[in-house]
Amino acid sequence: MSQKVDINLHHITRLEGHGNIVVNADNGKIEKIEWQVSEAPRFFEAFVRGKDYDDLAHITSRICGICSIGHTLASLKATEAALGVEISEQTTFLRKLALHAENMQSHILHVGYLVAPDLFKVGSVFPLINTHTDAVLKIIQLHRLANEMSDLICGRTTHPIGLVVGGFTHVPTLAELKVLKSRLISSLDIAGQVAEILVNNAHMFPNFSRETEYIGLTTNNEYALYDGVIGSTDTGEHPVKDYQSIVNEYVVPHSTAKHSKHKRDSYMVGALARFNLNSDKLTPMAKEIAEMFDLKPISFNPFMNNIAQLVEYVHSVEDSIIIIDALLMRGTKTEEPIKIKLKKGRGIGAVEVPRGILFHDYTIDKKGKCIKANCVIPTNQNHGNIQKDMEAMVPTLLDKPKEEIELNLEMLVRAYDPCISCSTHYLKVKFV
Amino acid sequence: MKPKVAFFDFSSCEGCQLQIANLEERIIDLIEVVDVVSFREVMKEHSDDYEIAIVEGSIQRPMDELRLKDIRSKAKILVALGACAHTGCVNKLRNEWPVEDVKKEVYGKANISDNPYFDVFQTKALDEVVEVDACIPGCPIDREEFIRIVTALVAGKKPSIPKYPVCVECKKNENICVFDLGKFCLGPVTIAGCNSACPNFSHECEGCRGYLEHAHMDAQKDVLKKYGLSVKQMLERFNIFNYRKEGY
Ligand code: SF4
Ligand code: SF4
Ligand code: SF4
Repeated sequence: MSQKVDINLHHITRLEGHGNIVVNADNGKIEKIEWQVSEAPRFFEAFVRGKDYDDLAHITSRICGICSIGHTLASLKATEAALGVEISEQTTFLRKLALHAENMQSHILHVGYLVAPDLFKVGSVFPLINTHTDAVLKIIQLHRLANEMSDLICGRTTHPIGLVVGGFTHVPTLAELKVLKSRLISSLDIAGQVAEILVNNAHMFPNFSRETEYIGLTTNNEYALYDGVIGSTDTGEHPVKDYQSIVNEYVVPHSTAKHSKHKRDSYMVGALARFNLNSDKLTPMAKEIAEMFDLKPISFNPFMNNIAQLVEYVHSVEDSIIIIDALLMRGTKTEEPIKIKLKKGRGIGAVEVPRGILFHDYTIDKKGKCIKANCVIPTNQNHGNIQKDMEAMVPTLLDKPKEEIELNLEMLVRAYDPCISCSTHYLKVKFV
Repeated sequence: MKPKVAFFDFSSCEGCQLQIANLEERIIDLIEVVDVVSFREVMKEHSDDYEIAIVEGSIQRPMDELRLKDIRSKAKILVALGACAHTGCVNKLRNEWPVEDVKKEVYGKANISDNPYFDVFQTKALDEVVEVDACIPGCPIDREEFIRIVTALVAGKKPSIPKYPVCVECKKNENICVFDLGKFCLGPVTIAGCNSACPNFSHECEGCRGYLEHAHMDAQKDVLKKYGLSVKQMLERFNIFNYRKEGY
């Protein structure tokens, strides 16, 4: 324990956006541990002011390429709530499929391309193409299917085209849905094989736990993704309209991203939070995958977020099959666009996106222009928890070689799958 | 020797880099012809020795400007990847507001003045800071076009993008013109190359690939004439992806 540790990892790799880790310790005494976000702030909430209600989703979709479907849905839900627009059952089904496609795409990209290299001790997925060709091709196959599902439902894999206020500009045919269904069914086998490969390397995840609060949407009738009320492992259920008193955003000096705290110093959102809150509502094979990795609620190990993502991947496939069956029973049709009566109002849209609970909150004036916006992004809610995990983890690592400390901290940040490009933000500001 | 390629990102949603992951199996073909030496989003390794720099994102801060100039000085060829780099994309909508106003709206009274990370100026596209050799337009980019442009660059050729409007592709796809659905489409003044993605889904083109500078194609004239519109009216319509473009 007599070494001097100075870690300054600038622009951590294999994550979306720019973040730095700074650790200074001397003789076992920690002087500084900081998780810094250096991404240029993008100010979406400021520049959507004055924009028409029906442009908001296509603008805010550009907050994040990976969660563009989620941002679009949160935006549409907020706009529809503000204007009092009711959507059809078909629209709800198709939106849920769109969200599943994104969840699948994002989770398999993260686990397969960004996390797996740590488990196989390489710097990126590229060397694995030669050493583990079969596994990589399987992961690519799953990724491709998720993207082609987005193409079919949304018109494109990133930045959905057909999702608009009140419904869809284009809907898939029953024949297209049937093909999708059979592909989803056969992908379950491949997903099982990928899980087998990962389970043999899961011991590479550091064995670390820290009690914290988990927050996510929850509902009685399903594993909540598209809709629900706010659930907390500490405080139970809260209506979505109270979201500001849950997220309590604040600004810290070393970071362009806001931080959040609720009951404790920090909380976590994302796949593990959803699993901890709602695991009893997972589909059957998703539950089997969780058992395979010995993942049980409440798991306080942030590294298990990677596994929860794999579990959710399978859940999204199985639940999509159920939704497609329902659509095949009732048929699909191009619906008349919903007539929108402009009025003044405020609406909040909450959706679970791959990295956790996302809120869009708009105030719209009587001409249909946005006059105030607030978007609370999952990764920002996690920054505080990442910092607290680092503070708990670093003391256990100080006698290890510097490279090992760095690798552990990088893996920790990566486990949260942070998507820092979403640094955008406004809310009540507190000082720390 | 395979040419060395490095990827960089500035202010963006990273959706264009995601399209490279979305090449699926074809990533493997790509790395047969180029040597990817830096790509922060997917790899740990990094090298400053590269010939082709592919840059995503808009420029918002002095520190970003310095980094971009440094990239420019190291690269033989600099490619703007996607609308954020090419036109400034939605990031430029911020330029409707003074910098101090947007900071206050988003960060309230927090003391951020000493932090260089927050030191933003009005958003710029890459070519407002350095010379750009090639553009891959779109929000997001089109994956086929990405392959086509990179392949051309690797072969030492000058890549080109279509010089006709989205309408040409849209007509080839036999879409119902969305003007007939009561929508206002920017297809007649927008650079083609996305296979008319939005009109294929009965959605108006929003101009994400940028304005077509030489508005001389027949398809474009037809549509404008049919609906009694002028290019000027089109340009006034929408600035989400082309904020205050010259001529606007
Ligand atoms: S051009 Fe669009 S998709 Fe590409 S990085 Fe910018 S916002 Fe994202
Ligand atoms: S105006 Fe739009 S919808 Fe009409 S032909 Fe041109 S691109 Fe297609
Ligand atoms: S149709 Fe227009 S908005 Fe849509 S992708 Fe093509 S250029 Fe962009």
